Amino acid sequence: MSAQLTNGSQHTTSKNNSATADNVLLDVRNLQKWFPISAGFFRRTVGHVKAVDDISFQVLQGETVGLVGESGCGKTTAGRCILRAYDLTGGQILFQDHDGEMVDLAPLTNNEMKPFRQQVRMIFQDPFNSLNPRMPVIDIVGDPLRINKVVAGKELEDRVASLLAKVGLRPEYMRRYPHAFSGGERQRIGIARALALDPRLVVADEAVSALDVSVRAQILNLIKDLQEEFDLTYLFVSHDLSVIEYICDRVVVMYVGKIVEVAETEELFAQPFHPYTEALLSAVPNPDPRNRQQKARIVLEGDVADPANPPSGCYFHPRCRYVQDQCSQETPELRQIAPGHFAACHFAEELTLAGVTASGELG
Amino acid sequence: MAVTDVKTLSPEAVAPGAAEAEIESSVSVASQWQLMWWKFRKHRMAMAGGIVTLIIYAIALFVEFLAPSSPGVIRADYTWAPPQRLHFFRQTDEGMRWDPYVNGYKVEIDPEALKRTFVIDEEQVVDAGFFVKGEPYEMWGLWEMDLHFVGSTDPEVPIYFLGADRMGRDLLSSMIYGTRVSMSIGLLGVFMSFFLGIMLGGVSGFYGGTVDNLIQRIIEFIRSIPTIPLWMGLAAALPTDWPPLRIYFGITIILSFIGWTGLARVVRGRFLSLRTEDFVMAARLDGANEVTTIWRHMVPSFFSHIIASLTLSIPGMILAETSLSFLGLGLRRPVVSWGVLLQEAQNIRSVATAPWLLIPGLAVLVAVLALNFFGDGLRDAADPYNR
Amino acid sequence: MESPILIEIRNLKTHFYLDEGTVQAVNGVDFTIHQHKTLCVVGESGCGKSVTARSILQIVDQPGRIVEGEILYHRPDRLAAFSRRDAMSNENGSNDSNDSNGSETTEIIDLAALNPRGREIREIRGQDISMIFQEPMTSLSPIHTVGNQITEAITLHTDLLEDEAKEHAIELLRRVGIPRPDERFDTYPFELSGGMRQRVMIAMALSCNPALLIADEPTTAVDVTTQAQILELLEELQDEFGMAIMLITHDLGVVAEMADDVVVMYLGQVVERGDVDSIFHDPKHPYTQALLKSIPRLGVSRNRQRLDSIRGMVPDPYNRPTGCMFGPRCDHFMPGRCDAVNPPAIQLGPEREVNCLLYEEE
Repeated sequence: MSAQLTNGSQHTTSKNNSATADNVLLDVRNLQKWFPISAGFFRRTVGHVKAVDDISFQVLQGETVGLVGESGCGKTTAGRCILRAYDLTGGQILFQDHDGEMVDLAPLTNNEMKPFRQQVRMIFQDPFNSLNPRMPVIDIVGDPLRINKVVAGKELEDRVASLLAKVGLRPEYMRRYPHAFSGGERQRIGIARALALDPRLVVADEAVSALDVSVRAQILNLIKDLQEEFDLTYLFVSHDLSVIEYICDRVVVMYVGKIVEVAETEELFAQPFHPYTEALLSAVPNPDPRNRQQKARIVLEGDVADPANPPSGCYFHPRCRYVQDQCSQETPELRQIAPGHFAACHFAEELTLAGVTASGELG
Repeated sequence: MAVTDVKTLSPEAVAPGAAEAEIESSVSVASQWQLMWWKFRKHRMAMAGGIVTLIIYAIALFVEFLAPSSPGVIRADYTWAPPQRLHFFRQTDEGMRWDPYVNGYKVEIDPEALKRTFVIDEEQVVDAGFFVKGEPYEMWGLWEMDLHFVGSTDPEVPIYFLGADRMGRDLLSSMIYGTRVSMSIGLLGVFMSFFLGIMLGGVSGFYGGTVDNLIQRIIEFIRSIPTIPLWMGLAAALPTDWPPLRIYFGITIILSFIGWTGLARVVRGRFLSLRTEDFVMAARLDGANEVTTIWRHMVPSFFSHIIASLTLSIPGMILAETSLSFLGLGLRRPVVSWGVLLQEAQNIRSVATAPWLLIPGLAVLVAVLALNFFGDGLRDAADPYNR
Repeated sequence: MESPILIEIRNLKTHFYLDEGTVQAVNGVDFTIHQHKTLCVVGESGCGKSVTARSILQIVDQPGRIVEGEILYHRPDRLAAFSRRDAMSNENGSNDSNDSNGSETTEIIDLAALNPRGREIREIRGQDISMIFQEPMTSLSPIHTVGNQITEAITLHTDLLEDEAKEHAIELLRRVGIPRPDERFDTYPFELSGGMRQRVMIAMALSCNPALLIADEPTTAVDVTTQAQILELLEELQDEFGMAIMLITHDLGVVAEMADDVVVMYLGQVVERGDVDSIFHDPKHPYTQALLKSIPRLGVSRNRQRLDSIRGMVPDPYNRPTGCMFGPRCDHFMPGRCDAVNPPAIQLGPEREVNCLLYEEE
């Protein structure tokens, strides 16, 4: 498989990569994705929606990184750029190949991407749209194996059977069509498809958001179990902070196409450094009626900024309750505030922001 | 909610009863065509429409056998002869006996207008029969036959079940022959539109951008031209000395020239909406190339929709041909279509004398309605996964 | 102090008659809504919580219909007296049999018995009971301005003149937190963000000062920060307008934040009901217990032990289990009992019930 990769090596940029430790699996650098806005009869481009605007982060081997933010913050776009479902506007996606070399996926053509498509897989949000209703399960799960010529024939059937068993479905069901399964079961099929090619990185895009509460826990547990079993690395895209807290080792918080904060999960939830993260945490409804009185919910004013026409300076400043003059003029850089804890706020050090205490109360 | 919502229980859950499990698993492994058939079957009007459509096409297939005579036979002495009712049983001394017959004609002369008219003479009896030997023909141009489904036992005495026209030609035979032309022109036109529509719509939807823009503008231009004058112009451009068969193909091409635009739009719309479907993206992320993605995922997803819209565009073709021929711009004798036959009913005098000349209009009505109901049912069944 | 009863639902059954069979979407539901209180109906998809709400307003989609039960609406005196019907009754008062015409007792109307297209239910909709939906666009007209729609709702149910109605509408828009309401009055729904649309919906729902506001998953389609805004707004408005709220949601966090009373539904039936504190801190029904254990909680799940999940999945509506609906997924399943008897409601205290045989007194 790596033999097809001869021309992949010319994109290698492992040398001038200061931050690279051996265990960095994915290194996203200055990733940009702008969607053109066209108007008029000739469809001239009149502007850009800066869905993802210059974000950088790393994913280490074996960890789960959460990409969290509200709708329109660019988290899904970022995930899809990493999968190269979209062509990038700018930036690099460095991925550690089997031999330890960092390969930039950004400039690769569809053909050159093929070996990497086996290593980077995706779990979709919607268990109904993501499975072709006209195909039986054996084809849905088996197609990646067939297309990449991994196995065929009887062997393929055995592989699909064992994959189904792994995700908790009866292998006898492989001749069934998706309509015969419930939402949770379909999501299991989607996970089996993602695992079919022994991937190293799995991008899970809101993998449990469309599921019922009682099924959600099953799937979250399954995702965790599979990580141990197959030594997987996850990039977990979600808007649900409680799910993120449960499943992620590190969290990247995005707001209007930019990263506002990156930290280890525990640190981020206990001691956020960005006012947006604080507001986000305080907005999550607390499933304990006894905490109702004590908490001071921060209710943000107004709506999320328009990524086609973001405000000046810090994108969050019109809604920020700690706003100062500097915020509307200078765009804050993402900088290290504490070891391993980055935030893009001019006043990160000065502000004392509230996180969530371990008991579930807001401190 | 449709049949598709029948869900299975998870491995951990209790197993349902054995009988239930059997029914349920047949639904579980049902392919899209099976599901569509189950859904279509429930649609009564569509089933009826489908059956009528099938019968009409069966008639079109076996015209030579079904028609009592060939449509071109002129019998000047039977001008505007009225329809003769077929009696199956004859009154005899022992009671009713199976012996089909019709009553013959007698000529009456209108004393004022001095016009000869045929009236049914209850006294006369003309023997009729099923599977009778009559005028010889070549079945599908392959072999000689002279067996007719129904007709006069005596080749010398014609029977007019639906009456005769100005030249004494049998209307029933003409209509049966017209079925073949009218129905096949619809089918053929639709197939030509199908190719143009799929090609151009597919290109438009798949590539998007400038190509899409250009094709869409062309479609809009074609659709903005008033159809009847356009047909008339094009039909008038067909050389008059062409043989009937070539005229027939010419008319088909003219009809499909306009018909493809609607289909192209359907195909393009499907392509555009499917391109953003998660399962299509999943196929791309599996490493499938574009050809595989299109053929394995996209085409099966919209093929049923295409069939439905094809069916729904056949009536339009039939009506268009009928209008053209009715206006005298389409087909001409010796080719007979329903439109050609309706041409006879153009002036009020002939309609007043021979109202049966309007019967081909009824045939058009039935065929168009049947196809529309059938197509509606297909369209509703086309997406059995609709939640 | 227990506040007076507003809605009393008794053995409500709403079934859908489909080609594939009958879906018993709501199958014997009992609960009460009190004035000025918030009742949360919580359950997973397919549990019948939305259909219950729609049954109250008689807006169940075809081919569904109420087949049994009562929905008793204890109409507050305020609405019975202050109503356009007073003016109406001069013209055609005789055909309004339920009108207690100024008497002091609260009139009780069985909403389930009203004709879904009749005048009486139409008067109750919007005026006495109004509803907001998950997706505001489905209930706002895209071709009329926001202001027009609110004004129309007001003039339809009150005697206010056009000008007064407009003033009232602008005031309402300001009240629900829409900045520059006099400008927004002339905007169309599509020009507003999701959160703003939901606010407009709320303004419209409150335009006639209803006794009950039914909110069907009002925050499911919006982000957490917007959700916080909407929930806050609903709380404020309840303090100000004093209406009861029936909040339908699948999110236990929202329930904990908003509810006074909670009804837990599963597969068309109520499994447990009670005040919010006992539901969260002393859940009785195995389903409620399992549901509460299966949700990841902010802060609590920090130590990241495995979540306790409920095994299996919600059964298919055509293929309901016998006996207790939750039986096949229940850890306390008692063979021979749970699959034989549909558990009756067992009183644990005032307004505290659980439908589970575990609590049956021998």
